[in-house]
Amino acid sequence: MPFIANTDQQRQEMLAAIGVDKVEDLFANIPPELRCKGLDIPPGLTEQEVRKRMADLAEHNSSGLINFLGGGFYDHFIPAALNTIVSRSEFYTAYTPYQPEISQGTLQAIYEYQSAICRLTGMEAANASLYDGGTAVYEAIMMALRITKRSKVLVDDSVSPIYRKMVKSYTSNLGIDLMETASREGLPDRNAIADQIDDDTAAVIVQNPNFFGCIDDVTDLAEMVHARGGLLIVSCYPISLGLLKTPGEMNADIVVGEGQSLGMSVSFGGPYLGFMATRKKYLRKMPGRVVGRTVDAKGRDGFVLTLQAREQHIRREKATSNICTNQGLCALTSLVYMSLLGKHGLAELSGVCAHKADYARELMLKIPGVTIRFPERWYFNEFVLNLPMAADKVIRGLFNRGLAAGFPLGRYFPEMNNCLLVAVTENRTKEEIDFLAHSLEVIL
Amino acid sequence: MKLIFDKSVPGRRAVRTTDLALGNPIPIDKKMLRDEPADLPELSELDVMRHFTELSRKNYGVDTGFYPLGSCTMKYNPKVADLVSQFPGFADLHPLIPQLPGGEVMVQGALAVLKETDRMLSEICGMAQFTMQPLAGAHGELTGAMIIAAYHKHKGNKKTTILIPDSAHGTNPASAAIAGFDVKTVPSNEDGVIDVQALRAMMDDDVAGVMLTCPNTLGLFNHHIKHIADLVHSVDGLMYYDGANLNALLGHCRPGEIGFDIVHVNLHKTFGTPHGGGGPGSGPVGVVERLVDFLPTSVVCAHDDGSYYLDYDRPRSIGYVAPFYGNFAIILRAYTYMLLLGAEGLTRVSENAVLNANYIMTKLKDYYDLPFDKICMHECVFSASRQAADGVRAINIAKALIDRGFHPMTVYFPLTVPEAMMIEPTETESKETIDTFIEAMIEIAQQVKESPEKLLACPTTTPVGQLDETLAARKPNVASLGQSECPDA
Repeated sequence: MPFIANTDQQRQEMLAAIGVDKVEDLFANIPPELRCKGLDIPPGLTEQEVRKRMADLAEHNSSGLINFLGGGFYDHFIPAALNTIVSRSEFYTAYTPYQPEISQGTLQAIYEYQSAICRLTGMEAANASLYDGGTAVYEAIMMALRITKRSKVLVDDSVSPIYRKMVKSYTSNLGIDLMETASREGLPDRNAIADQIDDDTAAVIVQNPNFFGCIDDVTDLAEMVHARGGLLIVSCYPISLGLLKTPGEMNADIVVGEGQSLGMSVSFGGPYLGFMATRKKYLRKMPGRVVGRTVDAKGRDGFVLTLQAREQHIRREKATSNICTNQGLCALTSLVYMSLLGKHGLAELSGVCAHKADYARELMLKIPGVTIRFPERWYFNEFVLNLPMAADKVIRGLFNRGLAAGFPLGRYFPEMNNCLLVAVTENRTKEEIDFLAHSLEVIL
Repeated sequence: MKLIFDKSVPGRRAVRTTDLALGNPIPIDKKMLRDEPADLPELSELDVMRHFTELSRKNYGVDTGFYPLGSCTMKYNPKVADLVSQFPGFADLHPLIPQLPGGEVMVQGALAVLKETDRMLSEICGMAQFTMQPLAGAHGELTGAMIIAAYHKHKGNKKTTILIPDSAHGTNPASAAIAGFDVKTVPSNEDGVIDVQALRAMMDDDVAGVMLTCPNTLGLFNHHIKHIADLVHSVDGLMYYDGANLNALLGHCRPGEIGFDIVHVNLHKTFGTPHGGGGPGSGPVGVVERLVDFLPTSVVCAHDDGSYYLDYDRPRSIGYVAPFYGNFAIILRAYTYMLLLGAEGLTRVSENAVLNANYIMTKLKDYYDLPFDKICMHECVFSASRQAADGVRAINIAKALIDRGFHPMTVYFPLTVPEAMMIEPTETESKETIDTFIEAMIEIAQQVKESPEKLLACPTTTPVGQLDETLAARKPNVASLGQSECPDA
């Protein structure tokens, strides 16, 4: 089923027009010794066969576990209208909007997306999106290095360990002094950062709520970083911004994050959405596509890709980034999601997550031997429990009861072998939370 | 058309959330909370549907009509692939499950998809193994450049330069540069392909690798390619294959067999996954045997019993380039596509893509300058120089095509051709569609002579005319900030 329209008759007509006898003649430029002798790939299947095969494979996955896994990737409820909109093939099957006159749909949507991200984060300018939250952190670091012309970066270890690993890979050949600061009692340690920050520090990177689920007010950190001429980069969880003080209010310079929670399914790792917002003064230093509002000759409002002089197709090796695509459809998804939730809907949803997590936390803390790891902290919808035994063992036991009970932190934090990171979204019912607490108690 | 924010009516609601304890105070210190909710629009579900339906009608996709955008491979995207990607067994699968103890057995279907896609792409490209992690084509290039760096570091080579032809996509030099390399540009010769003499002159011990597309961005297959590979390998350089043009070669020629060491493929081009208005894409990277150890972590491996696991213990690996295993829902679509086509179908893809491109080239070469008049592969590049002499440039021809119901071709790329018009029809377009396009192009060429002023006014059928891009860049307005709007923003 190669989705080819032309018939043999039509192919013959076309070959005759070209002036060759057979299709093979069109490949004559490839030296015979470099020709492929055929592919060892199974014969094509019908749509019916493929659907059956893929349904079978899907069944080999335990997607039906009751899910308390988060770690930066959350299963929020997705309204039906969202899929109807983003499945419209005028959006779905279009390319990057290089021809603005026939791409106003994509362009206006991206402009609205940029606006919504600014309003959510309290910032002034956003780009048209990046691949994911981790590459967004890396791009923010590169941006800070460009702005400050410095070479040192401090990343707090309460930032997602997955993102820290990504940043480490990307920067390993670049001569950047990438240092980690040790968090204390679940939050970035102000003293440790004050000790390590200097006049060559381009940026300090924190996450809020951080990987342990703890909420922070980083206004003081922004002040500390700014006093040394550096920038504060904050990675955040967009759903939490329905409630929480924005990075903008806390004087962050660059705000990034994983946008998956805004209407995208977890899909075993992607596609996701990296968002990035900043101050207007740094707009021209930002990587990625940017859509701007302008007018045509008749004065009609319209939207175009703008500030392209920063980008790879113009600047080549001197570009601000190599990024070429944005996550157009994912950006659209998040915009539609934010529009369907709306101003009060997002705040309410955010509140429900906080309440459900609070309920779950209180319930589990009643289990003998279970304590909260960072008792002094405030939480949004995720928290770390101390268990009386290795979290790995508990996870295995709860799998048998159909529960993905959370993420055992020992994998990334060896000193936290007994710690379990538990996330609660609005999708978890009271019964499911009760079942988790009950099952945990039974196992312990 | 109004912005969605300007349609907002205070108090209006669409989706509501289940309300566990909603009336109670928020269990978080007030100091940590924002004063005002984010100023998102307040709309009904129908308001939202109408807004985005109206926006979609101002767009043009492959399902709308012919989209001969050169180098972008805008082929038809099979709908069954989208359907499969939404199966709950895939869509609702949390990526951290296999990182849990005992979790791997719960994601065997997903790991099978990743491993099978790796096997098929390896077979198509003549590589030993693929990583599915890179999240886009340019991200694949960066991953490849990082592998080049890791290889030389491992061997103790002090190499800092990547050579890239002048006809390359802009992402190639940008990716090499951000991976830490110096980039040097190799000129093309009069045949439109990389100048082997110039390349030889630039070849020294500092050369870490060469990044090439093949066929190149002019749609030409360089029959000296094996010779170039030998030259690069003679200084222990690596050959990087930019898979943007792989649609020309499926089943006919394997990059691995013509001397390439690293390959990235664009699933959103060659393997029929939707472009989504600029993403998400997917750019898996394949390598030859001696580079397998450098692939990103994790790697999907098979146990002796045929079950799959993720290997994180890779001491020579370049590390994590993506949070997890790649853009899985895109990989699923590409896998579905390959299952549908099979070996035979994939081979037919390239034949028909090449046939369609040559047909267009033949039919239009009397009307437009053809800088390289020889059999092309999956795309052909004309120059509008002749028309430009009469005051109608490539961009005007592009806009005239819009008024005639087509998406324009790529213009002003590659940079080596003045007034370039790069046309890639893909295999999924029918002769009737292509003939209509050819007629439109001929009609435009005639109008250049008769009434060029009409062409300069195009497009006239679209919601907006040519937009003031200078204004957009000089006084950037990139967001509507609502309540917090400052007067100078």
